[in-house]
Amino acid sequence: MRHRFAAVTTELLDDVPQLAVVLADISTELFEQAASRHQSRVINVGIREQALIGSTAGLALSGLRPIAHTYAPFLIERPFEQVKVDLGHQDLGAILVSVGATYDEPRYGYTHHAPGDVALIDTLPQWTVHVPGHPDEVDTLLRQAVADDNRVYIRLSTQTNHRPQSVGDGQFSVIRKGTGPTVVAVGPMLDRVLEATSDLDVTVLYAATVRPFDAATLRFVLAEPAVVLVEPYLRGTSSARVSEALVDLPHRLLALGAPPHTARRYGTPADHDAEYGLDPAGLRASISRFVAHESTFSTS
Amino acid sequence: MTQMTTAATYADLAPLMSRLTGAEKHTPSATSTLDVLWVLYDRILRIDPQAPDDPDRDRFLLSKGHGPMAYYAVLAAHGFFPAEWLSGFAGPDSRLGHHPDRQLLPGVEISSGSLGHGLGTATGLALGLRAQGNPAKTFVLVGDAELDEGSNHEAIVVAAAYELDTLTTIVVDNNSASLGWPGGIAQRFELEGWSTSTVDGRDHEALAAALSTRAPRQPRAVVAVVEPKG
Repeated sequence: MRHRFAAVTTELLDDVPQLAVVLADISTELFEQAASRHQSRVINVGIREQALIGSTAGLALSGLRPIAHTYAPFLIERPFEQVKVDLGHQDLGAILVSVGATYDEPRYGYTHHAPGDVALIDTLPQWTVHVPGHPDEVDTLLRQAVADDNRVYIRLSTQTNHRPQSVGDGQFSVIRKGTGPTVVAVGPMLDRVLEATSDLDVTVLYAATVRPFDAATLRFVLAEPAVVLVEPYLRGTSSARVSEALVDLPHRLLALGAPPHTARRYGTPADHDAEYGLDPAGLRASISRFVAHESTFSTS
Repeated sequence: MTQMTTAATYADLAPLMSRLTGAEKHTPSATSTLDVLWVLYDRILRIDPQAPDDPDRDRFLLSKGHGPMAYYAVLAAHGFFPAEWLSGFAGPDSRLGHHPDRQLLPGVEISSGSLGHGLGTATGLALGLRAQGNPAKTFVLVGDAELDEGSNHEAIVVAAAYELDTLTTIVVDNNSASLGWPGGIAQRFELEGWSTSTVDGRDHEALAAALSTRAPRQPRAVVAVVEPKG
């Protein structure tokens, strides 16, 4: 996804004179060609994330369409007040593109993990949040974002699905229909959700765009009033959105995702998936219990 | 130099500020930025109050959003908005609050209040204007205490590294930084490659000269020293 992001952005810099890119020492090697061709519109501020977002806001103020890019914790968490004030409060458009996701690099430890990035952005109004599950989806969503003038967060990951889905209309896609609960698989979680639920009577929705939250499709396909969220970031990030969508309906909700603090262990993303029950086996266990109306929590 | 269409005078400002505060006299801290702002809008900035969104206008960003009465008075004096708007300051229906809001008031380039945001934004703004071949200049006003925020020091380096000679930072120094700036404020900018000047923040001629000076491929910092905050 990161390479596709850089390739598409490099191409768009040639075609879209309003496009600018601000980097903070991350992925600079992927933008060398773009920087040499568009010196004034490819800017590296060094390891300065407040300046990354502040100067992105200034570029937007000047009439350009800026993309700011770095590792997720340093794009959203470290300069969060710049995201809130410099972009949001000024009502400026910008595209923030992160890598690292929740724990794409467990070898780096918690400092480089961002389970809470989407939840944090969700405290701010009028952000579109894309969580693509395939490089082709990055291509579509990025081009769309560049052509728009809104505030967009695109969360890239090294975890991908085998096939791209059709994205860009902001709606959840119906992957499979059943008569039981509806499982919302976000971005890279789709393949493992399909594997985990292959013989379960559930509806599976795919969400590459999570904000705005497509309550209409969820409501439209809902069979049993029961929803399973499978999000690749902090568990429960979209729980309130489900509650709002089903406000008039007694319903059950299971929210799966990453814990607020990742485990103090290194290893691979697969090791962490297994630890948090986000691998196919873990998902299958949680979703099966939910489908069977068994409590997820021990009552003893 | 200026495209101001109104015939405002410096003497107009005190009564305008009184409309905001209800007081006839104002403390030095309420007026620390007054002379700098007056000189900027009277003699330096190329902004037409009748066309505050003109893409070719110079930009002035009030980063230090605290104590904006002098800013409001100067904008009103130049006709960016009617002086009547000064009444009811910070009331529920007022467009003017203790921190300016660009969505509410013509002529206000950024909504400020939280300290340490303007210089980073101004850096990007100057980069963006230059990338588009727009020769408009960017000015940003910060306070000496506001410089405490580390975000400023990120931007100071970036602006100099990118040789933003259309950018001017004005530091109004009323000696209010709790831990001080040993070696002086100008040195913080000079070290990174800015052209600097430290002047009496009440001396209009000195301010105008300092704000008119630019050095090729160097951003400009003007430290305007006023009475210590009481």
